[in-house]
Amino acid sequence: MQFEIREHTPLAFLLAVPLVAVLCSMLLASLLILWAGQSPLQGFALIFEGAFGSSFAITETLAKTTPLIFTGLAAAIAFKAKFWNIGGEGQLYCGALAITWLGTGMIDLPPILMIPFLILIGMIAGAAILMLPVFLKNKLKVDEVVTTLLLNFIILLFVGYCLEGPLKDPMSLGWPQAEPIVDSGVFPALIERSRLHIGLIFALLAAVVTWAIFRFTLWGFEIRAQGLNAVAARHAGINSNWTILKVALLSGGLAGLAGVSEVAGLKGYLTLDISPGYGYTGIAVAMLANLHPLGVVLSALFLASIFVGADFMGRSIGVPNFIADIMVACSVLCILIGLLLCKYKIRFNFSSKVAN
Amino acid sequence: MDILEIFLSASFWAATIRIACPLIFATLGELICERAGVLNLGIEGIMTAGAMAGWMWVYQGGDLVTGMLFAAFVGGLFGLLHAQFTVILGVSQHVTGIGITMLASSLSYFVFKMLLPETTTPPKIVPFQAVEIAPLSSLPFFGEAFFQHTFFTYFAFALVPIVIYILYKTPLGLALRTAGENPSSLESQGINVFVIRTLAVVIGSSLMALGGAYLTMSAFDAFYFGMVNGRGWICIALVIFASWQPGKALLGALLFAGLDAMQVRVQLQLGALIPYQVFLMMPYILSIVAMVIVARKAKYPKALLQPFRRGERN
Amino acid sequence: MQLSGCPFYYSIKKTAMPILEIENISKSFASVVANKEISLSLDQGEILALLGENGAGKTTLMNILFGQYRADSGQIKAWGKVLPANSTDAALKAGIGMVHQHFTLAENMTVLENVMLGTQSLFALRSNTTGARRKIENICRDMGLTIALDQLVADLSIGEKQRVEILKALYRDAKILILDEPTAVLIPQEVEGLFKMLRKMQKSGLSVIIISHKLDEVLAISQNIVVLRQGERVAHVATASVDRDALAELIVGKKVIQPTIHELPPGEPILQLKQVNLFHDAKGKYRLKNINLTLRAKQIIGIAGVSGNGQRELAEVISGVQKISSGSFEIQQQDCRKKSIKQLTKLQVARIPEDRHSAGIVGEMSVWENLMLEDLGSAPCWSRGIWIKSSAAKERAAQLIEKFDIRCANMQMPAKLLSGGNIQKLILARNLQLLPKLVLANQPVRGLDEGAISFVHQQLIDAKVSGSGILLISEDLDELLRLSDFVQVMHNGELSRAYPRDELTPKLLGILMSGGKITAATDHTLTDTDSALADTGS
Repeated sequence: MQFEIREHTPLAFLLAVPLVAVLCSMLLASLLILWAGQSPLQGFALIFEGAFGSSFAITETLAKTTPLIFTGLAAAIAFKAKFWNIGGEGQLYCGALAITWLGTGMIDLPPILMIPFLILIGMIAGAAILMLPVFLKNKLKVDEVVTTLLLNFIILLFVGYCLEGPLKDPMSLGWPQAEPIVDSGVFPALIERSRLHIGLIFALLAAVVTWAIFRFTLWGFEIRAQGLNAVAARHAGINSNWTILKVALLSGGLAGLAGVSEVAGLKGYLTLDISPGYGYTGIAVAMLANLHPLGVVLSALFLASIFVGADFMGRSIGVPNFIADIMVACSVLCILIGLLLCKYKIRFNFSSKVAN
Repeated sequence: MDILEIFLSASFWAATIRIACPLIFATLGELICERAGVLNLGIEGIMTAGAMAGWMWVYQGGDLVTGMLFAAFVGGLFGLLHAQFTVILGVSQHVTGIGITMLASSLSYFVFKMLLPETTTPPKIVPFQAVEIAPLSSLPFFGEAFFQHTFFTYFAFALVPIVIYILYKTPLGLALRTAGENPSSLESQGINVFVIRTLAVVIGSSLMALGGAYLTMSAFDAFYFGMVNGRGWICIALVIFASWQPGKALLGALLFAGLDAMQVRVQLQLGALIPYQVFLMMPYILSIVAMVIVARKAKYPKALLQPFRRGERN
Repeated sequence: MQLSGCPFYYSIKKTAMPILEIENISKSFASVVANKEISLSLDQGEILALLGENGAGKTTLMNILFGQYRADSGQIKAWGKVLPANSTDAALKAGIGMVHQHFTLAENMTVLENVMLGTQSLFALRSNTTGARRKIENICRDMGLTIALDQLVADLSIGEKQRVEILKALYRDAKILILDEPTAVLIPQEVEGLFKMLRKMQKSGLSVIIISHKLDEVLAISQNIVVLRQGERVAHVATASVDRDALAELIVGKKVIQPTIHELPPGEPILQLKQVNLFHDAKGKYRLKNINLTLRAKQIIGIAGVSGNGQRELAEVISGVQKISSGSFEIQQQDCRKKSIKQLTKLQVARIPEDRHSAGIVGEMSVWENLMLEDLGSAPCWSRGIWIKSSAAKERAAQLIEKFDIRCANMQMPAKLLSGGNIQKLILARNLQLLPKLVLANQPVRGLDEGAISFVHQQLIDAKVSGSGILLISEDLDELLRLSDFVQVMHNGELSRAYPRDELTPKLLGILMSGGKITAATDHTLTDTDSALADTGS
């Protein structure tokens, strides 16, 4: 088997790859649904119904899309620079912690200022926690994969401590949860009586801004160059430490913003389970979008619909909702193959004997 | 009970050994993969899969030893999948590993939920029991500390010299180490790099799965969600801490386990003063510290993370 | 039948027929034809030279022979039997051994481990180190090699590493030894040592194919020569029947215009290194010791030396990748000891890196993006603040592509698809366009064909004429002597004084490169080396 670099990748290929990956994951899901004794067609119909079948379902799906866009962007930016930030989950919680600390009564501003203020401190918190792995990597050459990952566990435990201790809501009847965000800081709902809030608008904005950064600015160019060939970038004068720093600020900030969105927008107060793994799923979102900021929006929507729909299907016909995670994992793996095929042509040599 | 007393209690040493075993399996497994040049970030998921597979085998009526084999087999399958992506196709080892972790974990939970849908408290199996080694087991102090462990535990420790021998004293081990240093070297000596690397990943993943199975079949007796709890990631740090050497990996695992066992006991003392979360954080913090300590001098296998492609050189 | 001199080669029988027959081998990589129906044969005990320019197809052919590539058509017979294709294992079993141009040694492992690799079945339960040691000692004794078996390969010199590679082949009972550009990394004295060893092996029945592009060496060592040009065999001659000029014509084919060299009065100093030292923490050695270098405008100073003697470190220091430990480092009279790479580019320093693929371009980015890689943020025409004006950048790219004759299908294509020569032109365009004051050219024509070499040299000369100072680091003695006004020789981290071009010959350069010092009065240094050089006919 030989690899030949493709001279030109047709756009159709690049667009087809995520679709094919999704189809493959649906195939695997079908097998599992069959094992559960149900019809795959019915299963997918239920997933679709659960995600888009009613206006309530749509708002639920969109509400879940919001944090995924943020963590997806966070992962996409980092991975573009080959900075393996697996700590999105922890950064999310840091953002949530920060606004819980400062936004539940300590500081009160009019809504027009309060919401941007919360966004700002959430982003700062998310970026700040990422500075430790960045420092370790830049100065001490410690690999960031493990450090960002382990920080997730540490932060989660810290949040647990805060919720049982310093940040505990005295009116919560014993449940570990924090005080609610002050009214001026709560994100208004986009649609009445639904859980969908303006966080979605912020997320879409973030995606556009991120896209613009990569398309039009020097920062984006430097980040891309560094990610594609760090040696050449360095020789060309691009300072890798500064670039990683910029990447981390953006990436951590966006992940922190996911936390802000979930607390100030969705739930109103911090609990231990505001994130069912958005940080990790964000990685899948980014991969499925081939690290493209605008693609992240679509892939976040898709994955959110899978999760919401699988929940519904699980309640309806008893297929465990882990099937959503399986589909996500399968898509990530299939995307890798797809992207490889975009970059290379594979030739198979079956002739075992050279001609006489 | 102060620190010295803890050291003098046999139960502390016994706990250390028990806590160390999954770390030994998984660290050895990851070490083998990385020595051959492949970073296997699927470790957390594969451990989960091994934990579920071995336990379920026994729960469905199989015996413990074949359960171990089945767990190893499942781990090997995931390893084979990982190798297809990273070794044969040469795609990103980071993303593949994360994908495998996601896949292995979610498949394990899915299968578990499918086979045992109506459970709130996790059901139990009869795990490995302590093996009596007369007259060692009845020694004072040493008996309880070192000689009242399960077969699985002794197996973990026996594995270390076996891995050392294979890595350093056999042609296969030489080929494996060279695969992680300079795969072109293998090629020029007529050895297929893909075969060696795939073999390493499969064997490594089997060991990782055994590490997970230990949790459900020897240390505890039930499988529950989130059981691996980051041990896999800790082992990745341990491999670096051990400089990719099996002997040091054993020492690192024991050191780590000792600190963990210590932390549990100290918590009993200071539980009122220091929140329990701080103690639970310790393993993760220590892992980061361990990595920082060795970072400067870390001698990575030279070809780690570099996929090998024939015909695409110079 | 016992052959004289080497008891362990007892199994080689003398045969009259050719032991190796390569028949009509063709091989293409995508659209590039590397080998086109090449045939040649090798007799026993023969040393055959495979001659040709870079890119002529020599290494490809030998890689096919050694089983690393699969030919598209044709076959190879070893000792009359067809050799299974694409199998290094089969090649090894047939007695073919290859010493690659870029060593395939595992640096962090010992010599013994490298030699033993793959010689026992992977199912064997024990590595037979005692047997291996004994056999290696025998080989070393017979061939006059000395090598420490338990040393890490990383600690060996390049000459020693090459000996390990040869040892690997001999350990596997190679009867045909292929050497790919073996003298590229050796100084003239070491070359003679290698040739002595080859003649000894020849006497014991070994046959050798030596790939080279160096005419003198080929004439010295081989019995027959096969010349490849652009993938085809253009000649198969007896060495005794040709001379240097005839060979040169066969290799190059068409006539190539040599760039003219200008003698110019030098301008003000551009680069000044005074007593520069560079420490290396890990081993505590000096990488650069007491370097003194003054480069003036309108001047080319060549840095000669076998690679690995500090040239890379010198280039890294001047381009800002590494900071010096002590001494003074000024560019255009400004202290540069603490400047970053970006700050140095603002001082009009242009860098042509040694490894163009991994350090010169970002392969996945397009051609026009690579053309703006160097001067990010400092060229106002296509950027403003943090914004890139892509239309302006593309316009500029189009101008550069035309001016420097960069052959590409369109400027959007990924830069890594360009040929080596065009990549070098891209790097030159990017750097020289800004009329730099200092040009650091590190192996600028390595791996390029004659046409590209001429172009690059012309660009460097043009830069010199328009006022730049050029520091040319090169392993190619011809290039250095042709282009430089002065030459300084690098050996073991130390730099010799500046010799005017007229004072130097390849022979003297060889002496300097091996560490000998030329006294003022004569150019005789070590008598051994003189006679050794006399043998090679230079």
